Amino acid sequence: MTVDSLYPQLEPLLAQVQKPIQYVGGELNAQVKPWDDVAVHWALMYPDAYEVGLPNQGLMILYEVLNERPDALAERTYAVWPDLAGLMREHGVGQFTVDAHRPVRDFDLLGVSFATELGYTNLLEALDLAGVPLHAVDRDETHPVVVAGGHAAFNPEPVADFVDCAVLGDGEQVVGDITDVVAAWKAEGRPGGRVELLARLARVDGVYVPRFYAVSYAADGTIAEVLRTRDDVPARVGKRTVMDLDEWPYPKQPLVPLAESVHERMSVEIFRGCTRGCRFCQAGMITRPVRERTITGIGSMVDAGLKATGYEEVGLLSLSSADHSEIGQLATELADRYEGTNTGLSLPSTRVDAFNVTLANELSRNGRRSGLTFAPEGGSERIRRVINKTVSKEDLVRTVTTAYANGWRQVKLYFMCGLPTETDADVLEIAELAVEVIRAGREASGTKDIRCTVSIGGFVPKPHTPFQWAGQASAETIDSRLKLLREAINSDRRIGRSIGLRYHDGKPGVIEGLLSRGDRRVGTVIERVWRDGGHFDGWSEHFSYERWATAAAEELAAFGLDLAWFTTRERTEHEVLPWDHLDSGLDKEWLWEDWQDAISEDEVGDCRWTGCYDCGVCPTMGTEIQIGPTGRSLLPLTVVR
Amino acid sequence: MQKLRLRYTKRGPLRFASHRDLARALERALRRAEVPMAFSAGFSPHPKISYMGAAPTGAASEAEYFEIGLSARRDPEQVRAALDASLPPGIDVLECVEALEGSGSLADRLDATRWRIDLPGVDADELSAAVQELLAREVVLVAKRTKNGLRDVDARAAVVRAAVAVEAGCAILHVVVRQLTPTVRPDDVMAALAAVADLRPPLPIRAVREAQGRLDDSGEVADPLGPDRAVRSCCQEERAQV
Ligand code: SF4
Repeated sequence: MTVDSLYPQLEPLLAQVQKPIQYVGGELNAQVKPWDDVAVHWALMYPDAYEVGLPNQGLMILYEVLNERPDALAERTYAVWPDLAGLMREHGVGQFTVDAHRPVRDFDLLGVSFATELGYTNLLEALDLAGVPLHAVDRDETHPVVVAGGHAAFNPEPVADFVDCAVLGDGEQVVGDITDVVAAWKAEGRPGGRVELLARLARVDGVYVPRFYAVSYAADGTIAEVLRTRDDVPARVGKRTVMDLDEWPYPKQPLVPLAESVHERMSVEIFRGCTRGCRFCQAGMITRPVRERTITGIGSMVDAGLKATGYEEVGLLSLSSADHSEIGQLATELADRYEGTNTGLSLPSTRVDAFNVTLANELSRNGRRSGLTFAPEGGSERIRRVINKTVSKEDLVRTVTTAYANGWRQVKLYFMCGLPTETDADVLEIAELAVEVIRAGREASGTKDIRCTVSIGGFVPKPHTPFQWAGQASAETIDSRLKLLREAINSDRRIGRSIGLRYHDGKPGVIEGLLSRGDRRVGTVIERVWRDGGHFDGWSEHFSYERWATAAAEELAAFGLDLAWFTTRERTEHEVLPWDHLDSGLDKEWLWEDWQDAISEDEVGDCRWTGCYDCGVCPTMGTEIQIGPTGRSLLPLTVVR
Repeated sequence: MQKLRLRYTKRGPLRFASHRDLARALERALRRAEVPMAFSAGFSPHPKISYMGAAPTGAASEAEYFEIGLSARRDPEQVRAALDASLPPGIDVLECVEALEGSGSLADRLDATRWRIDLPGVDADELSAAVQELLAREVVLVAKRTKNGLRDVDARAAVVRAAVAVEAGCAILHVVVRQLTPTVRPDDVMAALAAVADLRPPLPIRAVREAQGRLDDSGEVADPLGPDRAVRSCCQEERAQV
């Protein structure tokens, strides 16, 4: 089958839209393979705007891994802005890939990476634009198999009607397994049609096919049970875990867009997983255990990536980068390597401890000391014990003061509001803290020219975390606490003007909460919102709370439920949760105990250093902690100056 | 510091790149090609690059120019080849010459553009008539969006010459436009044709900047790198004769 490029039809439309460059592809390191040379065609979608989606590491990795296979090709597609979407509908141009502008409709698979649930409406929009039936059951074997991945796929139930499969965990290996299954099925002449293909996929480790699982509900609206409808699919689907990151040095050739994107730098993932045990953090819980890339592995990825991209900045990425067993040596040796080259190194937001300031100093040796970010997350020591991110107020103030004394002018502090057991007092302590930090910082740095930005958002309880049972704080609670905080910060003008406050109102978090912990019944709400014109829900100028609230009220009423039932309601210990049949490896009993510990403000250590406390992941998944130190070191590169 | 002047293109789909997109791409390509850039002094040093007269987003170009300062001497042709290899296809580096000292600034030599504008679906005779009408006028004001809001600009004053041709059944307007401030672009020329003769193309136009340079007495656009190149080659000849 030959597949023609849609570019000739698309080109005249591009002259009429905003930022057309985002639709033309041609990024550095992009690949276009001949269609007929391969058996399996993947379209990979990031369901948000190009500028957000392009830098996504997960998608970039899978793009390369798949394109390296001789029997497969992968092209990328992103959410299309309304101006172009309107023209595409008017002129009959379908959703296309940016690489070769091939119609998404013609691919064998459409893989969609959901970093957040707010991309769901964009999936529906893309399916509709592609000419693919919205509901999985309405598709035939000529339509792509829609595969959801990413962290949100750990509870894909709200989009269960729209996707064919969801993949749990690391994607590097499972995309290969899926490719093998599709290739074999096509080579055999597509026996049994789409259902047979999906049944074969459901037997791939880590692949969940919602249609083979029936959900029944109890009279009180909770789930009675989730049962498989065929006995050749697993009763519970477990996640995939890639061991030995050094074997997967992707992306080797990071994509560099012509258009502006949200990250103007390349990233190297220095480890995956996190066992710090922050109770709010879904990413930390579902990516266990910790698997480090070795210092030499990181060094060669940084080197190869810089050569391949020409970027000036490298981010050393992970959930808690300062925890890498050789981070101190890594920082020093990388800074040595790139001394005098205008290459900047950075860590994402970090835990609050003095060591992080030392690290940041080292990494910024060759460049500017503009801003440093810490994430205490909770305002008071008490709430920090609840979320298991313990740091004393004194340590916090001391650390930030050290940063100012070392020449950092801007410190950003990340907090959450609406955490379980939280009171107004917990949030108001953030103001005290910020004032204290500025006061001590002015003294230590000898200048008034320092700033502290408090960034605070509403907490959304997530599946597969100890807080999965928690009642979410209402939008009113969040808004009133943020108002109190704002007033407290502004009460002392002389200090207050050095403190910035960035916050979001509580309403979007409620919808995120509905989508995070929703079940299949929430699908009707998503579809309704999309039909009413909702999309780009991660963008405040497009997100409409009213549209969501109306849709939720009207659609959920049919089940005798409402928005509050899914969000602010606290769940009981034995309630069947919509994602119970999806296995992140965490024991439900352990999670419940950890939830109880949270309420009684008991902390839990990090199994990397305190020994295993039986969260369940390693034995269930057959994995183990992989950390250094390796004892190796980075040799200087011969850098051309 | 060695100063190099380069010509590059914006072809195919990359015509949709904006001047900022191009600047980012060029700067990264310079790093990938390991061109030893000179940096400005100061708190946050910038590589010495000057861009000039970028074609608008959506317009293709065969003649974009920029100038770079090097901290170490390099062979211009090797820089051209290395840079070209580091850029995506469509942004092609066609020429690189060393600036001749005392030959004046490159920006001063870019005072006109020769555009080729393809007008699919437009009748060539109708286009000719509209062009005649435009050339016959003294002043044709068009509204132009500028940083300070809408502003009337005399599009006629910028048009040096214009001619109509037909290629493969498509009407083509060849027009030489003087670069004034604010710049009159192909869209403004089209707005002028709409104003004088109600010419409204049914399909989006496609504009290509074919040449950019100094306007000579005959109304032609002269090669802006000529002054650097001409003198250089004659110097080389002199040296060869010695
Ligand atoms: S099973 Fe033990 S070692 Fe593995 S992640 Fe859980 S607590 Fe850590």
